[in-house]
Amino acid sequence: MELWFTERHTPNVKFSIKVDRQLYSGNSEFQRIDIFDSKEFGRFLTLDGYMMLTEKDEFIYHEMITHVPMAVHPSPKNVLVIGAGDGGVVRELTRYDCVENIDLVEIDELVVEVSKQYLPTTACRFDDPRVHIFYEDGVKYIRRCEDRYDVIIVDSTDPFGPGEGLFTKEFYGSCFKALHEDGIMVNQHESPFYDEDAAAMQRSHKRIVESFPISKVYQAHIPTYPSGHWLFGFASKKYHPTNDYNPTRWNLLGLKTRYYNARLHTGAFALPNYVEELLRDVE
Amino acid sequence: MAELSQVNAPIYEALRKFRRMRVVPFDVPGHKRGRGNMELTEFLGEDCMSVDVNSMKPLDNLCHPVSVIKDAEMLAAQAFGAANAFFMVGGTTSAVQSMILYACKSGDKIIMPRNVHRSAINALILCDAVPVYVNPDVNKQLGIALGMSVAQVEQAIKDNPDAKAILINNPTYYGICSDLKKITEIAHAHGMLVLVDEAHGTHFYFGENFPVTAMAAGADIASVSMHKSGGSLTQSSFLLMGKNVNADYMRQVINLTQTTSASYLLLSSLDISRKRLALSGREIFAQTVEMAEYAREEINGIGGYYAYSRELINGDSIYDFDVSKLSVYTLPIGLAGIEVYDLLRDEYDIQIEFGDIGNILAYISVGDRKRDIERLISALSEIKRRFGKSGAELLTQEYITPIVAETPRRAFYADKVSVPLDESAGKVCTEFVMCYPPGIPILAPGELITPEIIEYIKYAKEKGCQMTGTEDINIEHLNILAD
Repeated sequence: MELWFTERHTPNVKFSIKVDRQLYSGNSEFQRIDIFDSKEFGRFLTLDGYMMLTEKDEFIYHEMITHVPMAVHPSPKNVLVIGAGDGGVVRELTRYDCVENIDLVEIDELVVEVSKQYLPTTACRFDDPRVHIFYEDGVKYIRRCEDRYDVIIVDSTDPFGPGEGLFTKEFYGSCFKALHEDGIMVNQHESPFYDEDAAAMQRSHKRIVESFPISKVYQAHIPTYPSGHWLFGFASKKYHPTNDYNPTRWNLLGLKTRYYNARLHTGAFALPNYVEELLRDVE
Repeated sequence: MAELSQVNAPIYEALRKFRRMRVVPFDVPGHKRGRGNMELTEFLGEDCMSVDVNSMKPLDNLCHPVSVIKDAEMLAAQAFGAANAFFMVGGTTSAVQSMILYACKSGDKIIMPRNVHRSAINALILCDAVPVYVNPDVNKQLGIALGMSVAQVEQAIKDNPDAKAILINNPTYYGICSDLKKITEIAHAHGMLVLVDEAHGTHFYFGENFPVTAMAAGADIASVSMHKSGGSLTQSSFLLMGKNVNADYMRQVINLTQTTSASYLLLSSLDISRKRLALSGREIFAQTVEMAEYAREEINGIGGYYAYSRELINGDSIYDFDVSKLSVYTLPIGLAGIEVYDLLRDEYDIQIEFGDIGNILAYISVGDRKRDIERLISALSEIKRRFGKSGAELLTQEYITPIVAETPRRAFYADKVSVPLDESAGKVCTEFVMCYPPGIPILAPGELITPEIIEYIKYAKEKGCQMTGTEDINIEHLNILAD
């Protein structure tokens, strides 16, 4: 018997993982949630058939979306995470002693429940007393916040489906309002490679550029995402991601990471020419 | 054959059956089920093209229905509580015109509020009826025209006992309703027909706790835009008739101007939508209202904006309010409604129904998703934060009482000259000037141009309203009666 999970990366490209067995399948009010187990990637979570994370490569995504802003901000105390019901971002954040409060806003409670049950590698720090979970639409939650957070991490799904509101200008503008005057917002920024992903990436970049005075993009290599070449957005009111970055300060924290390091931090902001061009087109 | 009920959709069923028969077409349309125009077929889909067919025996004929269209019209009449119903494929515009052409001949008087849709005044140009305008009450704060007050209607009837009919616009675009029952009673007591432009009231017939419908209030004829809140395709509507209307004569009136090649896409969309609303309209509109109420509460929570509702009710010119409408007064944040409308589209990729001088209207329906409502609210909140001004000099939208100098028809067909807008004061206009939407004329043919109106037109243009109606596409000149 051969059982394969397949995701279309474009109408003409498929990506498949051989599945050992399916551990969970269910429908929430918002989406279909599946957990599979596989030999190559371990357990993996899909939403509406789209790959969210695998046990094998999730560290790349979660380290890069978390440590980059946390290393730039000199004193991140109050952090907001939007999406991220799998718990990966929270796991990374709770490693910082300077963080006093982590608010997690996830629209779908079932994602958190299923992750707690089947994905212990990521959903392992929800019980930290600094973590507060709000099951709400992120667009709605952020609308009511003003001058409240040091860092906002937008760990969204894709610009279609339940997460599409997290790619809009009204959302980015609300994040700007919700941040302190030296706040930083980091977001999942899609991929520059395939045409449709690149167009979505440009659209959100344009909207962020229009909302924040500093808006840069950095990259990572994530094998299970379309093309493997993935981007993150770094939007900030005051701090520049590389000029205002103090590697010594971060190194002194003594955090052990598998992907992120101080030299990679700077290197990740060096983008291929074609990506620079895509970004310039909308700046 | 089993008796028909609301679970049936006779036109839809006939089309499905017809498709299965794979009839070879040697008739129009010439695209022959799409095969002759592949680019169009790829765009619209094969399913769609395969039912874009002509009238024929198994599919009946809208001009003279005897089988499936007749059955579908009977079911529609039942669903709407009307004695008869006709499928209309020329939009509610053609339904409104047919009501007036039915009721009035050349020289007949018809009482109507001045804030009617242009389609009503167009009908007067066609049939040479004489309008007796009842000036609507105006809410001074919001600057919107309201419903007709009963006392004003009584006065108009007393002054014009020879009028043949009264036309009521109910609800208005903003959701405001007049006392339809009372006005109908008074009109009937004086032998006048009651015509209701119910373009924005389809849902009243199927939801719960909505204002009274034209048919329930005893009105004679109503035009309902099924394609607005009812879910059918754009351009499809119903004309509803009470028991005292001669439906066969009405069909002749409709056939004066309606196409003889009615689109089966439109007809089947009316049929399917009627079935859907009859079977589950109650839940559908409960959801719509819930979303509108939620949005209203959140928008009022932002501050500055005023999303109004039933608190406006005053027992007369705002006899009732349609809570499924999301109308928002924007002047307190220092922006005209039309400016907020433009910002929503240009900055936030959100298209709303319209913006006028002081208000915006977002159309809420069962097709909306919670997350889109959240986007709309957040975008309004952001517009206030980023673009809000205080103490901006804004014109409040005033309803300007028209001065009628000529009947619409005589003015429209008279010898005319074009003059620059600034030189038109004191002259009689021979064309329409309006913002579209909502399509309520600022000037109609036969009305006197005043300095106040010129100022209003200039202001609306400056704020970015989409002005229409004039021969001069840039609205720099107006056509006036030649001396």
